Amino acid sequence: MSYLTDTKEGASYLVMGNEAIVRGALEAGVNVASGYPGTPSSEIIESLSTVARERNLYVEWSVNEKVALEVAAAASFSKLRSLCAMKQNGVNVASDFLLHLAGSGTRGGFVLVACDDPGALSSVNEGESRYFARLMEIPLLEPGTFQEAKDMTRWAFELSEELKQIVVVRSVTRMSHASGNITFGKLTDKKRIAEFKFDGLILDPDAGIVISVPVAWKHQQQQEKIKKAQEIFEDSPFNTYEGAENPDLLLVTSSACYLYSKEAIAVLGVEDRVGLLKIGTTWPLPPRLMAKHLSRTDRVMVVEEVLPFLEENLKILAAEKAAEIGIKTFYGKNDGTIPMTEELNPDLVIAALKTVMGIDYNSVPDEYTRAAQSSVVSSAPVREQVFCPGCPHRASFFSIHNALEMDGRKGFVCGDIGCYSMGIGATGFRSIKTLHSMGSGTGIASGFGKLGQFGMNQPILAVCGDSTFYHSVIPALVNAVHNRSNLTLVVLDNNGTAMTGFQPHPGLDCNVLGEAVPPIDIARICEAIGARVEIRDPFELENTRETLNELIEDASGVKVLIMRKACALSPQRKHKKDYTVYVDQDLCWGEKCGCGRFCTRIFGCPGLIWNEAKQKAEIDEVICTGCGVCADICPQGAIKREEAA
Amino acid sequence: MTVKRLFKDPYNIIIAGVGGQGNVMASRMLSNILVHKGYNITIGETFGASQRGGSVMSHIRVSSLSSWSPQMPKGKADVVVTLEPIEAIRVLAGYGNPAVKVLTNTRAIYPAGVIAGNLSYPTFDEIRETLKKLSSRVWFIDATDEAVKLGNSILGNIIMIGALSTVDDLPVGRDDFKEILSRILPAEKMDDNLKAFDLGVAMMKK
Repeated sequence: MSYLTDTKEGASYLVMGNEAIVRGALEAGVNVASGYPGTPSSEIIESLSTVARERNLYVEWSVNEKVALEVAAAASFSKLRSLCAMKQNGVNVASDFLLHLAGSGTRGGFVLVACDDPGALSSVNEGESRYFARLMEIPLLEPGTFQEAKDMTRWAFELSEELKQIVVVRSVTRMSHASGNITFGKLTDKKRIAEFKFDGLILDPDAGIVISVPVAWKHQQQQEKIKKAQEIFEDSPFNTYEGAENPDLLLVTSSACYLYSKEAIAVLGVEDRVGLLKIGTTWPLPPRLMAKHLSRTDRVMVVEEVLPFLEENLKILAAEKAAEIGIKTFYGKNDGTIPMTEELNPDLVIAALKTVMGIDYNSVPDEYTRAAQSSVVSSAPVREQVFCPGCPHRASFFSIHNALEMDGRKGFVCGDIGCYSMGIGATGFRSIKTLHSMGSGTGIASGFGKLGQFGMNQPILAVCGDSTFYHSVIPALVNAVHNRSNLTLVVLDNNGTAMTGFQPHPGLDCNVLGEAVPPIDIARICEAIGARVEIRDPFELENTRETLNELIEDASGVKVLIMRKACALSPQRKHKKDYTVYVDQDLCWGEKCGCGRFCTRIFGCPGLIWNEAKQKAEIDEVICTGCGVCADICPQGAIKREEAA
Repeated sequence: MTVKRLFKDPYNIIIAGVGGQGNVMASRMLSNILVHKGYNITIGETFGASQRGGSVMSHIRVSSLSSWSPQMPKGKADVVVTLEPIEAIRVLAGYGNPAVKVLTNTRAIYPAGVIAGNLSYPTFDEIRETLKKLSSRVWFIDATDEAVKLGNSILGNIIMIGALSTVDDLPVGRDDFKEILSRILPAEKMDDNLKAFDLGVAMMKK
């Protein structure tokens, strides 16, 4: 049994923000959960899957976020409670359906958990899902503490059911992936029966067909729902105020920024001068409550990540209420007091408060800071991200790089989202030259592959991972074949959604619940679409390189090379060494070899180290995973591999 | 439950290292012990890049009063534990102060730039001098080397937790550790982990 299903009310556990969201959903009696993996959201569906049997849930990893939202919507239409979880990019993917859903409305409680990544700690953008709430005219909640992450999720289901509308709970990386201890509430025992009613009157929200037509009438209904939400938010316990009756400055904040703000106020010791208003119901803002707090002072500072969403909505409200509350001076993103890119932290809020309040504060002596920082420069070499030891992608990119060099026509790779996005850097031999949303590598390559009539002679490659292939590469591949584009797609099939922690995908024969399911074969899909398909083991370097060169030269249309090798960290390869690898110290000539230290300087696997004293290469036994690929790249044959016992 | 007030509230611990060293596991284990003892804990972790050779860091805020931010303010670490020596220097540049205490594993993991020969890795003497200069007290612990002797290099993280338990009267004892282990690990792994913890404690007493 997982502690997440502890039935003891009042039990206290150390949980990750994502687990707090899961507990909230369980307390609300969620029935169905779906999503697509993406950091920082993945643990939500994963944790729910671990308690699925015990709590009679249906949980799935869907093929992409739009489909995930549609799957969860079916449950809501059947009067069940459902949750859908995704990262910020996923909301973009799901947004097409989301607009329709907001119009048609929902039945059973339906919560969309959107996990944003300010600072792009695990993303290639810092997109904001909050704007979707305003764009789609649906309510938005943002937890400010771990306890709230649980309580708010639970309540979001009630709110959704009351409004018959989907509700968004927005988390951020520092909420989803941070941990704190929270107190559990009661797990519900309410059983629900799924039944989809469709034979009532067309406009009957409980028994009619589910559709956003007639549009104007439905749209008006939608706006009445959001007005009702606004009314409910006026009395929400998730909006709290701490501080003096009339502070010098009112700090308005939401999300994890509440914790940064609280800390900044404590560090500067300005509890009696700065009032702290934490908003949990960020869209739509409750006007009477906001006006009451704005009346407390003439100066207002808004602290949020990333864009001035709260700030601008608050300013509209302040303008509308100006006659009642007076004119305010605002500090925040728009005047540069708070940065408008990257995530915030207590220090950035401290810096903003110092400026606005005119406080002199220094956390450590300048002398210490100078000494520490110069020590980093002199003694702590930068640790750039690299492909893991034994990663099949390093071998794949090595072959891609060599094939393109050998071809000599300035070919390039259109990249995609996954671990292999690092193909943009040194350990991917800087092969990737474009990188956008999932599936875009193939879509963009499809476009490049049509530029021959304008004189383009450069070979076009695209890479994608196995999970990404199902997510959004298939339509791009269909497009490329149908429009006779000329490109080579390399599917880096490492047997799972590796970047986010090995979630299963449609290529595997088991699902998130561990049940046997029919695998969908990538090669057969590509063949059915009409592409030429080859399959290779990326660890067989020469064979792979030769195949790549042949495919690049074949100008007949779309070619697909599937590079198949499980991730070094996958359950089937982790802790299992295929080979014992060592460097024969007599055979390694080091710098004198003339290879230019090919193993350590070019191939760059962290399992190989350069012994400065001996001037020879060595294997780091603690780090090496025993894939044995490096034995093939040493021109001197000094790297030896022996089958592991 | 009445909880003993630590000499500082919040008491700020940083556990840092390189992806794959068991950093996150160590911070979870330590924090679970402290929650078990009745403290409010907030952990902020570097995720995502953790398995790709990047620097990783966990901030652990311990308080008998309330929750704190998952990112601690600059210069506020009370104790820094690192599983890799140059990571200690990196952490101090952001969160160190003249009173900070440092425990570091001595085993180097070379950054890709060092392996490639574009950057240089400092000598152990340089690292020792730098850390001495930037802290009030520093301990060097051969955790990985000892863990390899125990048969599993990953146990270096537990050796470091054992060592940390002896600093600043942290309310973390062998029995607490055993209690948390029994909840999260299969029985056959208990012995090695307890041995590693004891080794960490013993290495601090030398």
